[in-house]
Amino acid sequence: MATLYIDNQPHEVTSGHNLLEVCLTLGLDLPYFCWHPAMGSVGACRQCAIKVYKDENDKKGRLVMSCMEPVTNNQRISITDAEAKEFREQIIGWLMTNHPHDCAVCDEGGSCHLQDMTVMTGHTYRKFRYKKRTYKNQNLGPFVNHEMNRCIQCYRCVRFYKDYAGGKDLDVFASKNKVYFGRHEDGTLESEFSGNLAEVCPTGVFTDKTFKQHYTRKWDLTMAPSVCQHCSLGCNTIAGERYGSIRMITNRYHGEVNGYFICDRGRFGYEFVNAPDRVRQPVMYGKTVGRDEILNEIKKLLKESKVIGIGSPRASIQSNFALKELVGKNNFYHGVPENEHDMAELAIQILKEGPVRTPSLKEVENADAVFILGEDLTNSSPMLALAVRQAARVKPMAEAAQAKIPDWHDYATREFVQDKNGPLFSATVHDTKLDDIATEKYYAAPDEIARLGFAVAHRIDPSVPDVNQYSEDLKKLADRIAEGLKKAQRPVIISGLSSESVSVIKAAANVAWALNKTNKNTGLVLSLLECNSLGLAMMGGGKLDGAFNAIFHSHADTAIIMENDLYRNGSTATVDKFLKMCRQVIVLDHTPSPTMSKAHIIIPAGTFAESDGTLVNNEGRAQRFFQVYEATDVIQESWRWLLNMGVNAGNERMSQWKNFEDITKAISEEEPMLKGVETITPPANYRIAGQRIPREPHRYSGRTSMNANINVSEPKPPEDPDSSLSYTMEGYRGLAPSSMIPYFWSPGWNSVQSVNKYQEEVGGHLRGGDSGLRLIEADTNKEPNYFMSVPEVFYPIADRLWIVWTHHIYGSDELSRKSASVAQRVPKPYLLLNPSDAEQLKIAEGQPISFEVEKHLYELPVRINKTMPQGVAAMPYALEGMPATGLPAWGFLKKT
Amino acid sequence: MLSIIHSMWLTFLHMFHKRETIQYPEEKIKLPARWRGRIVLTRDPDGGERCVGCYLCAAACPVDCISLQATEDEHGRRYPEFFRINFSRCIFCGYCEEACPTYAIQLIPDFEMGEFNRQNLVYEKKDLLVNGQGKYQGYNYYKVAGLAIGGKDKGQAENEEPPVDVKSLLP
Repeated sequence: MATLYIDNQPHEVTSGHNLLEVCLTLGLDLPYFCWHPAMGSVGACRQCAIKVYKDENDKKGRLVMSCMEPVTNNQRISITDAEAKEFREQIIGWLMTNHPHDCAVCDEGGSCHLQDMTVMTGHTYRKFRYKKRTYKNQNLGPFVNHEMNRCIQCYRCVRFYKDYAGGKDLDVFASKNKVYFGRHEDGTLESEFSGNLAEVCPTGVFTDKTFKQHYTRKWDLTMAPSVCQHCSLGCNTIAGERYGSIRMITNRYHGEVNGYFICDRGRFGYEFVNAPDRVRQPVMYGKTVGRDEILNEIKKLLKESKVIGIGSPRASIQSNFALKELVGKNNFYHGVPENEHDMAELAIQILKEGPVRTPSLKEVENADAVFILGEDLTNSSPMLALAVRQAARVKPMAEAAQAKIPDWHDYATREFVQDKNGPLFSATVHDTKLDDIATEKYYAAPDEIARLGFAVAHRIDPSVPDVNQYSEDLKKLADRIAEGLKKAQRPVIISGLSSESVSVIKAAANVAWALNKTNKNTGLVLSLLECNSLGLAMMGGGKLDGAFNAIFHSHADTAIIMENDLYRNGSTATVDKFLKMCRQVIVLDHTPSPTMSKAHIIIPAGTFAESDGTLVNNEGRAQRFFQVYEATDVIQESWRWLLNMGVNAGNERMSQWKNFEDITKAISEEEPMLKGVETITPPANYRIAGQRIPREPHRYSGRTSMNANINVSEPKPPEDPDSSLSYTMEGYRGLAPSSMIPYFWSPGWNSVQSVNKYQEEVGGHLRGGDSGLRLIEADTNKEPNYFMSVPEVFYPIADRLWIVWTHHIYGSDELSRKSASVAQRVPKPYLLLNPSDAEQLKIAEGQPISFEVEKHLYELPVRINKTMPQGVAAMPYALEGMPATGLPAWGFLKKT
Repeated sequence: MLSIIHSMWLTFLHMFHKRETIQYPEEKIKLPARWRGRIVLTRDPDGGERCVGCYLCAAACPVDCISLQATEDEHGRRYPEFFRINFSRCIFCGYCEEACPTYAIQLIPDFEMGEFNRQNLVYEKKDLLVNGQGKYQGYNYYKVAGLAIGGKDKGQAENEEPPVDVKSLLP
């Protein structure tokens, strides 16, 4: 702690920060551009100038850039000093000499940091009489729009894109007052995090291109706190709606999970909500019907027939629980393939019963050694890859700290660190985007990766069985990895389900457990496949095959399938047979699927935007997402439909549940692993000063006009029975509880930078603690119960290929790929082959290859990849029209 | 008594004053140009729509009676896809005109908007858009903005340098 005198007022502040951070933490308004809490200071923009005084007798002081000056005890500074103020105003004046007269047509307007800072400094008139500089723009692909005229040369974009996210194709060109931020030529930005440029850029140079297509000002959006639905990490987002369609997803700061950034799949994958082919009306036997007809028909079916329910890992725990309750415990099946089901249960067993804690993304960022087993993180869990990228800098940064360079001093630390990276060991099937920072890279078949894991674990703790017959190279590699991990203070082992290999996960657990014996700060991260995979697995229920068998053996004749495309999760032949044998197929979903096309009754469910729900992310953190806007009377949350069905059919228990809270309480009581989920947000009757928290900013416009074309008398605004958020602009304007911040705004801070005002300390936790409840906490003093079965050596077999999945950030996720912008980035199906295999098969890049896997014939063009191990081939996971199950398996080559 | 006679005398004198009453609607009132009456959307001197769909009028409106949706033509020019004013809510305060950065929305001296049916007071873009510049002549927002639109590329606006040649090494 240090005492800092700001304008002669003493303040207690934490040391180790720079003056700008400290001033912002204290809630003082000080303008800045180039500094970013996640990226540190470079002192480029000169905007945050303040006066520093030598002592209390010093009346003159000297101007310094507050972002470049560390806090010292008894320091005296002034923000309001006339000279400092004039300096800041002049800086803005210069920055604005070339800024175009664009605000009216700029997407950033109304949430623009440059606007805010201009108002804050008091600069009002452009005194520069000469001509404005202009630039040509570039086409940067479907996600990001480029308008270079607006640039103020703060360098934040390249610092984020290159330095923070490891992108290679955005840079700064030319010199002097001609500097240009863009690509070397027009083309799609390659980084998976390019969408963050829209938030990082303090003005409108980089903006969200999908938002531009249905443009709305930030103040006109109805916004709600949401949780990303497109992978298992559970990044917090804000979803904004206008005129009944979702317009934009932005990052919602969370101190433990996603921090300041989200990936492009999460940011741009929302458009499936607005898709023209969304299911919007209930359909019964080919006819569009009303609510009551559906409910009565289902009442009849529930009475007359034996009904099973198939849940979904992409539906909330409330929806899955309601289905379980409606059909009965023994008739509820998880809608995931057997392998995935088993692996999710294994993951829970490892995390819950093992001695190693699973860290949050923020903790992964602070790890000083990382060992990745079998996961292509950039494609399966993108934000985890970004966290690993930061972790690789931890060790060199510690060296910089020893040289007395503070960690926020970005330019100096980068000069000191140069290209050095901390220990990052990566064992994957083929090359990944993290390879550029990896200390050790190992490409092998999943079983071989698991064997490496066992070998490393054996070296750390000899009670783990050693691997037989392995090469000298592998031995040395295992030695180096074990050594690197043992030296680390906070090692993190990362694995996951995308390798579809139980032994890889077990190997990862062994390594983490072995390390934990000597180092209690070890972490183990297991990434899963869907947004609620872990929540569903915590709930208990049968496997999908059980559901199939129930119908095949006539234990049941009717199936309710909720938010699940069975063709994704089972083989085509089995699912065909299943759907055929069901007397009635009831599908509850929001997006059309092949399963839905065979349903007898289709019920329109709400997407995340029209639903309240709770998801459990890979960390075991239960997080709530809120309904953004009230949909029509027939589009409702799946759980509400199921509740309506239950009540209508006379289910006594369900009749007692009136809203979201009742059902969540029931989950907490009944499901031991989900105990406490009702506590993650304040109850629905929670009010601040007697008021709800508004979803709409106080400048929200058009209330008396937006529906006037339908009826000039305004309808009553909908009321939210499930939460204490309101659908209007009236309500409490102060800080909302951290779990239900609908948008970030503070007087004078209209842009996303206002998040500073919501944090306890800049870049730290949200006020009142970060949201969510960790449901799994490991006991680190427990003795590990190692997995003892080491997999056998993988031998390639002639005329066969061991085919594994490879994940794609764009395409492997069922919902985000329906988004028009994401769809442009989805690859065509292919088979990834090793060059020597390709040579043996006499096949060249792009030529088709035929093979049979599990009685399914594929013909795919070949892509050749030098890093693929011999005898192994990879196929993209779950692209449109392709299954997400059945692999890894032997593929039998067909002669063509 | 005296005051009553005085009042009657004053009233009597009024018979010889100029008449204030206007025989409306036979006789029309002359209103100043800045009278805040019916709202119109104007066009720029080249005949293009002035409204760029910036939403500032809607934000400024104290009764929230303006709603619109911005869209773009294929060359990047912004315009409103729909523009709706609910005149049954409008209080003719003129804040929208003040807020408009392009002189598109203007209040004109016409107040004859009475309707028997309230629904008819909802004006859409076709009811609002006029074929003229209204009160503010000669202003064309896109001529001063940095955005490139059809017929005006980068560097062709008023007071602009030609686009920077990024590859040039010249000082």
